[in-house]
Amino acid sequence: MASKVIHALYIDDDILMDAVKKVRTEHYHIEEVYTPFPVHGLDKAMGLPHTRLAITAFLYGCVGLTIATVMMNHIMIEDWPQNIGGKPSFSYLENMPSFVPIMFELTVFFAAHLMVITFYMRSKLWPFKKAENPDVRTTDDYFLMEVDAGSHDVDHLISFLGDTGAVEIKVIDKEEDNH
Amino acid sequence: MYTLSNRLRLFSIILMVVGLVGLVVGFAQRPGSIQEVKEMMAAHDAHGGGHGESHAEKSDHGKETHGEKAHEEDAHGGDAHYEHVLHQLQNKPWASLYVAAFFFFMIALGVLAFYAIQFASQSGWSPVLFRVMEAITAYLVPGGIVLFVILALSGFHINHLFVWADPKVVEHDALLQGKASWLNGTWFIIRATFFLAGWMLYRHFAVKYSRLQDEDSTGNKWYKKSFKISAAFLVFFIYTESMASWDWIMSFDPHWFSTLFGWYVFASLFVSGITTIALLTIYLKSKGYLEFVNNSHIHDLAKFMFGISVFWTYLWFSQFMLIWYSNIPEEVTYFITRIEDYNLPFFGMLVMNFIFPLLVLMNSDFKRVNWFVVMAGIVILCGHYIDIFNMIMPATVGKSWFIGISEISAVLLFLGLFLFVVFRALTKAPLLAKGNPYIEESKHFHY
Repeated sequence: MASKVIHALYIDDDILMDAVKKVRTEHYHIEEVYTPFPVHGLDKAMGLPHTRLAITAFLYGCVGLTIATVMMNHIMIEDWPQNIGGKPSFSYLENMPSFVPIMFELTVFFAAHLMVITFYMRSKLWPFKKAENPDVRTTDDYFLMEVDAGSHDVDHLISFLGDTGAVEIKVIDKEEDNH
Repeated sequence: MYTLSNRLRLFSIILMVVGLVGLVVGFAQRPGSIQEVKEMMAAHDAHGGGHGESHAEKSDHGKETHGEKAHEEDAHGGDAHYEHVLHQLQNKPWASLYVAAFFFFMIALGVLAFYAIQFASQSGWSPVLFRVMEAITAYLVPGGIVLFVILALSGFHINHLFVWADPKVVEHDALLQGKASWLNGTWFIIRATFFLAGWMLYRHFAVKYSRLQDEDSTGNKWYKKSFKISAAFLVFFIYTESMASWDWIMSFDPHWFSTLFGWYVFASLFVSGITTIALLTIYLKSKGYLEFVNNSHIHDLAKFMFGISVFWTYLWFSQFMLIWYSNIPEEVTYFITRIEDYNLPFFGMLVMNFIFPLLVLMNSDFKRVNWFVVMAGIVILCGHYIDIFNMIMPATVGKSWFIGISEISAVLLFLGLFLFVVFRALTKAPLLAKGNPYIEESKHFHY
């Protein structure tokens, strides 16, 4: 389904922030904003929900800790409780201090790596992925706001965006929604 | 300006009086002779014996413990055992006084180190909290003097806190003779004077320059001086704090040594200090005195509480695990006495100082909720009191430890003194260090 969107380009992040706030107060729908670097507070201005990545990291860490504990309890205590240098292998607790470095490292390992992989999956990033860049200048020094034209009056929307400080405005016919 | 309410003044005075009375009772209850110890233990045994008999009918367990007890008495050979217990019980009020005196002093010292770091690192977030920190460090002077008096009394063997101070013990102990060039009363007191004087001197000038900077609207002359003395103080501090921890804590177990002990004590005092800043800030803000402090400041303090708690645990574990792993007899006795005789406080403090703050303060939103920070802060402070308790009590009172009248009274006494000194110091200057070049940034700090 073809849909109409408007690309408004800005050259300054302060102007962009103001524009985002104005567009939101006028109840136009911002599809996406492309910036060359993180703009502090942009997510808040756009009204994006908080990330839950930290919560997943905590849960992954718990998984890592469990795996480390179960693994070493099985290997060192249950499967073959050898006397290695006089360390007490009668129960997990008695020999726990020597397992702590591994428990710690596996917790961090699982939390970090699984969180990164979650991030890649949620933001759809992988090698050989086709870049979704609407305008190459946004990787360098331009800021691009993509506004859904929808059923709005396009000429009115263009003049409104021009007032917010956009230096260039284009109307784009999208073949399909890439979201 | 902050005004000290009468209620608060009365509260702190009541705490001091109650603490003092309790301590006097604690000192009065000390047994004076072996005879008294025997009577006390007999009364205790009669009670325990009654228990044993009723159990003995049901199982062999009661008989076994009876047998062990008889055996123990034989092994110790009559009065030697009672004399040992007598010394421990005589030490008890002294040791509880010392633990509380050191605990509150180390809070002030930790805040002083934190304050110096804020200057040396030119932090932009913290200048609105400087007056709170300055007020807490005001306890450094009276607290330091009290601590010094107790140290002097112990160093010259008025009480039996430090075994190395007892010439009769040193006479028969080759190890203590070898350490006598460092561990002797005179040199001990000279070092304590040097450490305390250096810290108090920095505190005096840092506060003075901070006040002068308030009046200096044209330049940053005093601020630059603060920066310089803070950097110098931090170098001085890290050496002297380490040595002070050998003298004032590690020398309770003069046969034992650990290389990261200074850092370990530092982590403990640092996290207690930061927690106290957070608690005092939240209290003052709730009373409407710190309108320029926002919840991002609280969030930052809570992050420090969280991070330094983990740092403390890292050092605790590193010390414990290295000694546990190699299990060298001369080192491991330190932990064996603690695990056998102080099991609950030793592992309980790990829950209070690590697991509790880890889970409570991990969430970013919780770090902005005042009652969460207060709850975590109180647990952290209690945990670090027990940490100091665990460092000092096993060497001074051994198995005869008990958190009773003298321990609680000593805490109340110093808590009252601490509150009185700190809140009185708060009234001495405006609560906003308005001359600081980073004050505007700090007022608008937002995370």
